[in-house]
Amino acid sequence: MGKATVWALFIILFFLHQDFWWWEDSDLVFGFMPIGLAYHAAFSVACACLGALAIRYAWPHDLEKFAEEK
Amino acid sequence: MTTLIVIIGYLCLLLALGFFSNKLFRGTSKDYFVASHSIGPFLLLMSVFGTTMTAFALVGSTGKSFERGIGTYGLMASISGLVHAAIFFLIGIRLWAFGKKHGFITQIQFFRARFESDSIGYLLFPILVLLVIPYLLIGIIGAGKTIEPVTAGAFPALFTNPTAPQWLGGVPPWLTGLVVSLVVLSYVFMGGSRGAAFANTFQTIVFMIMGLVAFVFIINALGGINSAGKVPARIDEKGLVVQDYQFDKQKAQLEANEPPKPIGRVIDFENSNLTNQQPHFWREPVTVEFKKKIPKSGELVPFERELGIPFITFVTYLFIPLSVGMFPHLFQHWLTARSAKSFRLTVIAHPLCIMVVWVPCVLVGAWASGVLPPGIPPPAVLSAMLNLLVGDPILIGLLTAGVLAAIMSSLDSQFLCLGTIFTNDIVIHRAGENKYSDKQIIFIARCFIVVIVAVTYGLAMLAKNANVFDLAIWCFSGFSALFPVIFAALYWKRTTKQGAIASIIAALLTWLYYFHESGYGGEYMVGPGIVPAAICFGASAIVLIAVSLFTKPPSEETLDKFFPKKSEL
Repeated sequence: MGKATVWALFIILFFLHQDFWWWEDSDLVFGFMPIGLAYHAAFSVACACLGALAIRYAWPHDLEKFAEEK
Repeated sequence: MTTLIVIIGYLCLLLALGFFSNKLFRGTSKDYFVASHSIGPFLLLMSVFGTTMTAFALVGSTGKSFERGIGTYGLMASISGLVHAAIFFLIGIRLWAFGKKHGFITQIQFFRARFESDSIGYLLFPILVLLVIPYLLIGIIGAGKTIEPVTAGAFPALFTNPTAPQWLGGVPPWLTGLVVSLVVLSYVFMGGSRGAAFANTFQTIVFMIMGLVAFVFIINALGGINSAGKVPARIDEKGLVVQDYQFDKQKAQLEANEPPKPIGRVIDFENSNLTNQQPHFWREPVTVEFKKKIPKSGELVPFERELGIPFITFVTYLFIPLSVGMFPHLFQHWLTARSAKSFRLTVIAHPLCIMVVWVPCVLVGAWASGVLPPGIPPPAVLSAMLNLLVGDPILIGLLTAGVLAAIMSSLDSQFLCLGTIFTNDIVIHRAGENKYSDKQIIFIARCFIVVIVAVTYGLAMLAKNANVFDLAIWCFSGFSALFPVIFAALYWKRTTKQGAIASIIAALLTWLYYFHESGYGGEYMVGPGIVPAAICFGASAIVLIAVSLFTKPPSEETLDKFFPKKSEL
């Protein structure tokens, strides 16, 4: 996995954010959580995972070294 | 009264924290402005998250969900999780690196060096101040709106002119705003950015814990999590919006309304899909006519409200969280980082922290539609729910302290940032680096912070009825319109001084136009529901590209400084 994959995942997540397929659905998940809200809560978790992948595979090591140099 | 004592106790604790951070203050201007680049991952996460979450997150999100339903979360919170984290990664770390390497303390110093232009600083300074002030206002207004309902009845002989009749004797917004401003001023004055980072961390922990505690108590009061899901207002077969339940405060339990209580009616009720739906639990727009009581005359007057969110609005809201890339106070927090690695926790945990705070608030706002009158001001929904459903005054005091914590954890960074940019980008820039001693520089910053606090307080009293969420969106829209400038400055070598200046002017003019059209801070959409930020952003980006391509590129020396070759990295 490289930077390109991280970028691709970012773009996929952006499209997944537009969940028009549940726009008129007010069904409850686990008996209390509207499905539209549950989906977006899960989306937040996916964003955290993408952040972890970006740090693992696209970290700017060179820039870090450049800043620390005297 | 007990509630008020708990809140005062919390404010005193914050003052004590200010004294403590003052003990750690190293006495240099660099320490005062950027904590000598010493802040580690956890403090950075807490201070960045605490700064971006303000009255907007707790008070505003609950109120907006009360107005429009659960779409509020996708509209602002989940997209922010994606966009904010990307900005911390792509812009925050890069700006930190250049700040550390070249000694920048403010955004304007970076732009002046990157675009080889003094004038860009003088152009940006008033714009940044203009845009940060609404952000400050929402904090002070939000605090005032929160405290009055929860202290209602505490001083009936002293405070006789409440915002709403049922809040007689509550601490009035002018007094809350004054006290909050003075407390924040005190610890920023004493501890500078280190004080703000400590206070932010403490307050972020407080408001996250208190938010969850409030959520649990509200669920219990509504008869459990599954019962709470049935509470929101419902549309009946005649197209009336009804409340199926009411909360009996004496018995402290939820009771069914027999028959359901009508509170409004759907306008153009033709779509049979709407029957028995809870419009706050979906996102399809439905226009409803409600009635609200005029406090002084007691007269009932109709008003219309659109529940749900148009899809085009949802999509174009993407542009709002881009504002984070241009927040001057966030720039300052980034520069406090000890190393680039300090950002890692923030990139991962920021979306999760947003979820922990926003999901409960959005649910509470949607549930509130089933037990509160529809005419209640949206910023007062959270405290009205606490007051109605959580009886214990100590608990209400602690929960209210949590809301104040969220508000103050943003105010401090913004006050400090304005003092920092005024001192560094105007005073020192004009007078020269060696004209003032470090002590004098800190003194100047502190004086400007006092002036800004006073001006903000005065403006907050004038705009005390503004909708906290809408005002925040205007502030964010302005900063997101400036986003192309920072992005291009970091990633496009061909960006020129003229391109950046023209882009800033285009952003300002389009923003001012729409702000004026909105009636200076109201909710406003363009055409089928496009947020103005999208158009301002587009105008700013197009002008930046066009003007840059037709003007002279920056010097090689500047490009080498900001786009170091691989071999130098």
